[in-house]
Amino acid sequence: MKATVTITLKSGVLDPQGKAIEHALGALGFQGVNDVRQGKVIEIDLDAADEAKAEALVKDMCGKLLANPVIEDYSIEISA
Amino acid sequence: MRAAVIVFPGTNREKDIAEALERASGKKARFVWHGDSDLPDVDLIVVPGGFSYGDYLRCGAMAGNSPVMRAVKQKAEAGVRVLGVCNGFQILTETGMLPGVLMRNAQLKFICKKATLTVTSNETDFSSAYAVGQKVVFPVAHNEGNYFADDATLDRLEGEGRVVFRYADTDGTVNEAGNINGSQRNIAGILNEKRNVLGMMPHPENATDPAQGGTDGLGLFKSLAEVLQ
Repeated sequence: MKATVTITLKSGVLDPQGKAIEHALGALGFQGVNDVRQGKVIEIDLDAADEAKAEALVKDMCGKLLANPVIEDYSIEISA
Repeated sequence: MRAAVIVFPGTNREKDIAEALERASGKKARFVWHGDSDLPDVDLIVVPGGFSYGDYLRCGAMAGNSPVMRAVKQKAEAGVRVLGVCNGFQILTETGMLPGVLMRNAQLKFICKKATLTVTSNETDFSSAYAVGQKVVFPVAHNEGNYFADDATLDRLEGEGRVVFRYADTDGTVNEAGNINGSQRNIAGILNEKRNVLGMMPHPENATDPAQGGTDGLGLFKSLAEVLQ
């Protein structure tokens, strides 16, 4: 099974890196860029009997290590 | 005072803090490699500064989930004092032993300089040698020292007297100008609920010998040596 975990900062949490990217895009001449927030993607190849079990396992991984619940949200996509 | 200093791959300030402990207490601290989950019988466990696991995933995330930190958590629940400095503070928040999180510095630069702090509480085993409001100077060296927690948590920390150090400007005033990294309410160091675990971003161990350019940090180690005789 393949799991793709997308980790993003919770809304309301300051993202100075996103702001720096926004300014750099502006400096490159891109107009109308209103906001940029930077997150991360983690791809996991794992053994699991089915998609439901895979998702449950990855959710556990997110809760224990991959995301910090104080400032991060996560979403999981599973494919065979 | 019997002390143990935990060492992870990438830790780099373990000797500095072991020397500071020896200067204050006259006793040598023991180093404990992260792979050992059997902790010696000690009064103080130190989680030192550095870049454990290269700061991969999040600063302190991997170390925070290691078997040795699970053992440290149990010792803390039994009342052993724990001091986390810099990466150590990051690790303690990742284990849940302290609330909140250390994020990227608001101005996005790695800060390496002497920081002025004020002592907010001296009713702690870590700061009893200082006066409330005393101005101290400790070096900082960090890229992710921006302390964040939600307002309810911050109110609770302040209400319970668990903020121990705050960033201040050079004359000791706690204000925006003195907030070097954007930390909420200028928080530089905090205690847990039981008041036996302290996490702080600045490095008191690097201000314990005149050769380091200052000795304000000795007070912290002497406070501990006094209570843990």
